[in-house]
Amino acid sequence: MLSEQIINELQTIVGNENVSTVKADRICYSYDATQQSFLPEVVVHPGSTEDISRIMKLANRELIPVFPRGAGSGFTGGSLPTKGGIVLCTERLDQILEIDEENLIATVEPGVVTEQFQKAVEKVGLFYPPDPASLKFSTLGGNVAECAGGPRCVKYGVTKDFIIGLEVVTPIGDIITTGGPTMKGVVGYDLTKLLCGSEGTLGIITRIVIKLLPLPEAKKTMLVLFDSIDGAAQAVSAIIGDKIIPATLEFMDGRTLDCVRQATDLDVPDQAQAVLIIEVDGDREFLDKQANRISEIIQPLGVVETRIASTPEESEAIWQIRRSVSASLRKVNPGKYNEDICVPRSKVPEMIRKVDAIADKYQIPIVNFGHAGDGNIHVNIMVNKKVSGDIMKAEGAIKEVFKAALELGGTMSGEHGVGIAKAPYIPLEITPLAADYMKAIKRSLDPNNILNPGKIFLDDENIEAYDA
Amino acid sequence: MAKLKDLEDYREEMEQCVKCGACRAHCPVFGAEKREGRVARGKIALAHSVLEGEIGFEDKVLEDLSQCLLCGSCCTGCPNKVHTEDIVAAARRRIAEQQGLSTFGKGVAAVLGRPKLMNMLAKSGGTLSSLLFKKLPENSGLRLRFPAPYLESDRTLPPLTAKPFRERVPEIIPGDPQQPTVLFFTGCGINYMYPAVGEAFLKALHFLGVTVIIPKDQACCGLPAVSAGATQTIEKLAEQNLSALSRHQADHIITACASCNAGLSSIYAEMGDEFDELSAKTMDIFVFLANHGLPEKLAALPKAEKRIKVTYHDPCHLRSKGITKEPRQLLKALPQVEFVEMSDAQTCCGFGGTYSVYHPENSKRIGAKKAANITDSGAELVATDCPGCIMQLQDSINHADGGQRSVHILELLSDALPD
Repeated sequence: MLSEQIINELQTIVGNENVSTVKADRICYSYDATQQSFLPEVVVHPGSTEDISRIMKLANRELIPVFPRGAGSGFTGGSLPTKGGIVLCTERLDQILEIDEENLIATVEPGVVTEQFQKAVEKVGLFYPPDPASLKFSTLGGNVAECAGGPRCVKYGVTKDFIIGLEVVTPIGDIITTGGPTMKGVVGYDLTKLLCGSEGTLGIITRIVIKLLPLPEAKKTMLVLFDSIDGAAQAVSAIIGDKIIPATLEFMDGRTLDCVRQATDLDVPDQAQAVLIIEVDGDREFLDKQANRISEIIQPLGVVETRIASTPEESEAIWQIRRSVSASLRKVNPGKYNEDICVPRSKVPEMIRKVDAIADKYQIPIVNFGHAGDGNIHVNIMVNKKVSGDIMKAEGAIKEVFKAALELGGTMSGEHGVGIAKAPYIPLEITPLAADYMKAIKRSLDPNNILNPGKIFLDDENIEAYDA
Repeated sequence: MAKLKDLEDYREEMEQCVKCGACRAHCPVFGAEKREGRVARGKIALAHSVLEGEIGFEDKVLEDLSQCLLCGSCCTGCPNKVHTEDIVAAARRRIAEQQGLSTFGKGVAAVLGRPKLMNMLAKSGGTLSSLLFKKLPENSGLRLRFPAPYLESDRTLPPLTAKPFRERVPEIIPGDPQQPTVLFFTGCGINYMYPAVGEAFLKALHFLGVTVIIPKDQACCGLPAVSAGATQTIEKLAEQNLSALSRHQADHIITACASCNAGLSSIYAEMGDEFDELSAKTMDIFVFLANHGLPEKLAALPKAEKRIKVTYHDPCHLRSKGITKEPRQLLKALPQVEFVEMSDAQTCCGFGGTYSVYHPENSKRIGAKKAANITDSGAELVATDCPGCIMQLQDSINHADGGQRSVHILELLSDALPD
């Protein structure tokens, strides 16, 4: 329990109404999308960078762990208060400070919701491409801390590719800035890139400078149904090999389509064993040409049907199939482990075959969909956690999936990060020397291990890491 | 016997919440106040903790559970379609059972449960009816007369009619025997505040030759009591309505109030098998009119030279059932109307039954967004299908000095039909 004096000090910093120790609030800030739950001792809503700096200094003096939190929508537990302590919310820091149309940059606070930012810049003809599935509710601060991705990243890159400057409160409470409003800058280490994807372990992001693009004039969506996953995967290579990079290149495998057929009345013909959703964007006149060219290239690859949307409603109908996936899966099995491995593009079909073999070995349904264009596959291991043995099977399968991805030159996580969910698997991917290099950074910046402790790297000796 | 579900019956529903946070994008209350306890995910976590015995109904839990419009927006945006509105309503009933109804909840239950008292309250307010759609002066006694004694001093309320709608009309209005027979479930809003909507309803159905029966002994649907957690009142009203509506043979039970529609077709449906037929027969007026070809007939009329710009607000209780096309279809077909869509038409107006009385500040913030969207659309009128929304929309417009009027679609329809 935190002492009354500490609570009083927190109240002095942020105001009484922004500090809560009542159980109801502690419950409401105990969870994230991993569905795990850890009760914090206090929930704090700072209103400024200075507030956060003072909180960090207090936390270091009293050795209280601090867990920064945006929307709490992460899949790996990055914001979970695993050791109690302070949950530090960015919900009050939700202002878009500037959209600079001359320099095509914007400056925002971390609590701005991604979609709201996108709408604001699109109003003035600008474009912020990263589009994680959670964009309607996740915050830019969280997106930066996790280096969020999304379907459009195949063409435009991930969050870190758009972040050019940050203001950060360090783990010991100093306020620093990194990068800035220039498109180039090579003075000193690139701390901006280091902090992107650092999962709230190296600093609390309090201000973000974002690079923007001109908004593409139009987009065109097409749905292509294939008779095999190989056809779909070859199509991805063929499109990119033809020097066309679509804005999105999403795929769903046969098992995913089975779920959609079972759970919805959407029109997915039975002979379709894989689907690609392809969206191209740019100048209007150029799009028809590009869509036709894509149809031409992929036609010999076992295409069952091609639907090209000519109205926004038809485009919406195509995306509806993709969006129905999550709920459809749930009807097949109530629980799932949602992993997000990434392999080189050309290895997607091989990876899918390996996953299918793992599913057969463990007798557990595994459903794959995701961002084919950049090799980022969402591997959904479906379980009923109430059935005994299901969790064990799933964990065995996950480890094999990770190993398979690594063997193909891939990574365990393309988008979701490590948090606590993947921390035990870190040795599979990162060599001890590289891990030591990373840990040395953490140790020197956060000597008291105050900020988001136990994330990425296990520091709990009770949990065993998997051997490489 | 009508029986509502207990909080425990929603355990599985609660466990369908995967804590993804999608509701943060859809909850109007969270939009007004960004705290996790205000959003569906937080409320489900609290309700589940109550079931698990980890927490009791302490002050903060009560506050968060009261901060819900029961609008169902979260469910629409939820990947697993978790009905938080049902969970919160069940939690409120449990609270009322354990701690008694709040003072306000008692007021609601007392008025709704006693139609004679409601008639009397309504009649005594009727003399002020010339104030229709104007902002009432702060010292108006009317503020104190309708149902809540806790209304804020600067809220616009429609006046109460001196003669409730159901007393003005015969119980049976025969039509063409070839055409269907329907029961008109008027609801309190039309009966006591907006009798002109009731008249417009009759005019529209008369035009189609439909026989209309308006059972005299029908009562409030009970939805305000759902919002207040008044279990016995809801169950009593449901039984009274079942008996009133079962006395007549009819093809449909028609509502012109989205909330009443939800009461009859969704809330009652959960209360026992005996309500199955009633719930199945309940139909919104615009679905009925669409099924009977009225929009096509209207669309064939020559368009007026000067048309009024009208936008549409989706009442939550229709939107959550997927009834969004029919009201628009009718509006678009009206010869005197130029339909314009506003942004976020599907977002709750902020009324939420008793919510606007408990939480006037948030209700106003939510209403202010609506008023801004109405203004941005360029519409002169905002039409909808729910007296509660009409009331809240007008109040929000008045606070924003928007100058528009909020009306029921039926009033516009009535203008277009021959007398």
